[in-house]
Amino acid sequence: MCATNFFARIYYNYRRIAKTIILFLIISGPGVIVMLADNDAGGITTYAATGAKYGYGLIWFLVLLLPVAYYVQEMTVRLGAVTKRGHAEAIFSAFGPFWGWFSLLDLALTDWLTLVTEFIGMTAALSIFHVPPIVTIIVVSIVMLLMVLQGRYWTWEKIALVFAAINLIYVPGAFLVHPSVSSILRQGAIPHFPGGFNNDIFFFLMANIGTTIAPWMIFFQQSAVVDKGLQEKDIAWEKLDTFVGSVFTVVVAIFIIVVTGTVLKGMQVESAAQAAIKLISVNRYVGTFLAIGLFDAGFLGAICISLASSWALGEIFGWAHSLNFKIREAPWFYGAYLLALVTAGSVVLIPKAPLVLITLFVQVIAVTLLPATLVFLILLLNNEETMGKYKNTRWQNIIISTIVVVIIILSTLYAISALFPNLFK
Amino acid sequence: MFKGMRVTLSQRTGEFFWRKFRKIREINKRYEKSSIKVTPTVKIALLFLRIYLILLVLILVYKFITLVR
Repeated sequence: MCATNFFARIYYNYRRIAKTIILFLIISGPGVIVMLADNDAGGITTYAATGAKYGYGLIWFLVLLLPVAYYVQEMTVRLGAVTKRGHAEAIFSAFGPFWGWFSLLDLALTDWLTLVTEFIGMTAALSIFHVPPIVTIIVVSIVMLLMVLQGRYWTWEKIALVFAAINLIYVPGAFLVHPSVSSILRQGAIPHFPGGFNNDIFFFLMANIGTTIAPWMIFFQQSAVVDKGLQEKDIAWEKLDTFVGSVFTVVVAIFIIVVTGTVLKGMQVESAAQAAIKLISVNRYVGTFLAIGLFDAGFLGAICISLASSWALGEIFGWAHSLNFKIREAPWFYGAYLLALVTAGSVVLIPKAPLVLITLFVQVIAVTLLPATLVFLILLLNNEETMGKYKNTRWQNIIISTIVVVIIILSTLYAISALFPNLFK
Repeated sequence: MFKGMRVTLSQRTGEFFWRKFRKIREINKRYEKSSIKVTPTVKIALLFLRIYLILLVLILVYKFITLVR
């Protein structure tokens, strides 16, 4: 009798845990995708350069960015699930046409420029394997189009999750370079500034923050939550999804730093593709992993960024704007998505196109939108009429306001330092 | 024949832009009334954002002028 009860209890617990995991797997998606897409081509370059310059010395700082990313993105989950509106529509509705148009046009421009940088990353990564840029752009655009044209959000999300999983390629890559765990813990776990606090390190800290929070992430996740049809009852699960995603994004960043910090320490790294080429000469597999990871990062970033714009435009212009629609049902939505892809990809193919200037411009334009997006997010989350019991608590407001003030100051300084490189020297 | 086609094309273009303009006016009208309660905090936040944007635009203009020179 006792033994039967024991086994019944084990079976019951097994079923309960299995159901919980299945439920999580069904609801999870937007959080993990947006967080891993955050490690886009620009992000990979930043982490690779950070590792090459400071070794493991700034790993502690990346760990600090985990709650920053989580707290900001978690708010979009509540806002999307409760209001059933995307972020663009929420801004128009709450703050009127001026701020609405400003946010929408700035988002479209920032997204398009960022999309160009994703294509730069993808073409650079595949050129290591001797794939011509034109082939990369055509194939990538076709694959990205096919991903959305199948007419189901669920399918798109699962395909995107596969690409998100490839982002974890840096984890085995780090083991291949045999880093010293004690050195990582000694140099990376204790907060300090390698070589003292100076302008160089300040620039790197700002760059790492800049890659952690981007305006498109806020628009993307809120729209994805709405498109997936998540309800208020799903908020807890989606918050967990966002937390898991933020852990992944920091883990990937740390492992990239471990790779370049172990092999390329002291070298000047200008781009992730350059880091991959240098790594290939040291360890063929690790360099190849970095190149594959860079391509994947650019791809994942591109699919999320172009969707963020299409969703936002669809919300405001009243187009049908869901991945659950077929192309005939939502031609403008898919048209905007395709137009962004084709034009951004074409820019990369233009001979002597000012790609460096575009990369610099992205940082500056994103900073014009980021403070407004973050401030609107806090104000919207404090609107009791729409948010009800899901509005921000006092502690959430204190934490998020502190984070937002720090992000605004540092990202502004980052943009200014990008415009005037000698200002802080 | 070609002249006739050109007129049609320009008319169509004009119509297209007029439709877009009307749509934008429609959107502006739809969201004319702010749905959020305009508390002093909201007012201060929006004022801060306006000042911040003006400063950023001024910096960009300054950078552009120095680049052109």
